[in-house]
Amino acid sequence: MKQLQTLSTLAWRNLWRNYRRTLIMTSAIALGVWAMIFMTAMLRGMMADMITQGVNNLPGHIQLHHPEYRADPSIVNRFAPPGDELLEQLNQADIKSWSARVRVPAVIASERASRGVNLIGVDPAEPLPLDGNLLKDGRSLETESDRGLIMGAKLAERLETRLGKRVVLMSQDPDNNVVDRGFRVVGIFESELSATEENQVYAGRATLQKMLRMDQKISELVILTEEQRLLQPTVERLAQSAPHLEVLPWYELDRFLGTSVETFDGFSMVFIVVIFLALSFGLVNTLVMAIFERTREIGLMQALGMTPASICVQILLEAMMLLLIGLLVGNALVLLSLHSIKDGLDISGVAEGMALMGAGSVLKPALHTLDVIRANGVVLVLGIVACALPAWQASRLDPITTMNHT
Amino acid sequence: MTSILCQQLCKTFEQGGSLIKGLDHVDLSIEPGEFVCLSGPSGSGKTTLLNALGGLDTPDQGEITIGDQRIDQLSKKQLAHLRLQKIGFVFQAFNLVPVLSARENVEFVMQLQGIDKAERRQRSDTILAEVGLAGLEQRRPAQLSGGQQQRVAVARAIVSNPVLVLADEPTANLDSNSASQLMDLFQQLNQKRGITFVIATHDQRVMSYCRRLIRMQDGRIVSDETQPGKIALQSEGVAPQEQAL
Repeated sequence: MKQLQTLSTLAWRNLWRNYRRTLIMTSAIALGVWAMIFMTAMLRGMMADMITQGVNNLPGHIQLHHPEYRADPSIVNRFAPPGDELLEQLNQADIKSWSARVRVPAVIASERASRGVNLIGVDPAEPLPLDGNLLKDGRSLETESDRGLIMGAKLAERLETRLGKRVVLMSQDPDNNVVDRGFRVVGIFESELSATEENQVYAGRATLQKMLRMDQKISELVILTEEQRLLQPTVERLAQSAPHLEVLPWYELDRFLGTSVETFDGFSMVFIVVIFLALSFGLVNTLVMAIFERTREIGLMQALGMTPASICVQILLEAMMLLLIGLLVGNALVLLSLHSIKDGLDISGVAEGMALMGAGSVLKPALHTLDVIRANGVVLVLGIVACALPAWQASRLDPITTMNHT
Repeated sequence: MTSILCQQLCKTFEQGGSLIKGLDHVDLSIEPGEFVCLSGPSGSGKTTLLNALGGLDTPDQGEITIGDQRIDQLSKKQLAHLRLQKIGFVFQAFNLVPVLSARENVEFVMQLQGIDKAERRQRSDTILAEVGLAGLEQRRPAQLSGGQQQRVAVARAIVSNPVLVLADEPTANLDSNSASQLMDLFQQLNQKRGITFVIATHDQRVMSYCRRLIRMQDGRIVSDETQPGKIALQSEGVAPQEQAL
């Protein structure tokens, strides 16, 4: 312990012998760590945003459908509302809320234009009545029997219609007969995604069930869970309770989003390792230079009775101190920079591109403790491992040769 | 007290494709408390012998015994321990740790030995005063003159009460006044503490201080003489603390 104290003193003073080199290396480590953690926080924020948007647009973390519904999302592939067994599962603690909805393809026509849309029947008392969209003008649906219709601002523009006007919705009933009905536009919504604004319209569930002659049946069961990513146990449990239905989590319903999130997870680790590799060259070079400059001194210490192991420990302590200072400054920089954009970073300049990936125009960083530990751990542990070779080589130096070194 | 015994020591180096005999069947016995000079021209083998005695180099052949311990067969770690506990070194180029103060340089060996702080402080201050460096304890090597640095090196060599001090050309980088004062100090320490000194030198002034003069050439001992040796200043009544290098 006493020897460790001596070695620490020596390591600390040696570190500041060439303070310019130490400052440059410390800055490089700090910047590297900052880049690792800051970029990971931004990526995590973007992923969280994409997941939230995705879950709002799907909507839900988990959906239950007729097994054929995804291939043919028509009224034919409908199913009965949840029975007792499924209801019991839907009341478990890991499920935040759920809603039963009708979703069929339809044609909407104003007096000037017509378009194909997704007609969604919701109960406004249940969660996500407008998915993740915001009501811009007018009112929400009041009951599931409400006779009004809510459409996106872009769709209203395309149809050249507006709040208070009447539109006609046309679809098919279970017997493939064309059914239609007039609706008054009672609300206009805005969405982060322009495709949603153009393609989705919302009406009362009971009103649509009556129009489409589907009795009490529904097209989908939308579930919001407490956990966002670890959904497999919940999915399996629900599938056991509803064997006749297809139960899918969001990352399978939206493969692009699921794959993107997985890719980002891997990418963040690759990012950390690449930055570390760049750092490690500088770190090892710094240490090798420091050892080279002190070759004679290392020989002296051996001559005075310092063991090779102590030489090795002293050099590793030096590397560790350099790394710790860099980590400390780097983490402080991360906190400062994240604090400065705590309300989000406006990326509206590239928002079109981001919207394609399902992210919004304001990027909020998400700092995960595990990411901070991982970045710090990678730099500290791999940094010391990278320095082990020069430290070991220094401990193997021959005292006579080194003391003749000039 | 510990005696040193070397038997049939051989050490060969390769230089420029040819083999050079650093030590050629050297037999040597040094009694405790002796003040010995190894002299000879460059390449005569005096530094090689000094390194072998200090466990810094291993002979190709032969035995070295310090006290009752064979040191030519020890591992690197055991040799490091031996140097730490029993041997003090003074080198030509002062060889202090530049980031440590004079006191810390002296304390360094004691720190490696695990001696507690209070005792380290007391012993280092005493020894620095003994070599005439009282008041300069906090200075770093760069703030000391060559003579003062060599005194710090001497203090470091003797502070842990070694049985043997090996000095390789200790006066080579000193002016004549500082060299004389250093040799006076060596002699006093030898007389006062009974430490065995083996000094490698080709400086005639240094040789004049030694009571035993061993001359080497081509790795062999060519003469081993006993002489009266210069009388240390202390014996003339001058305390070392009063001398300034």
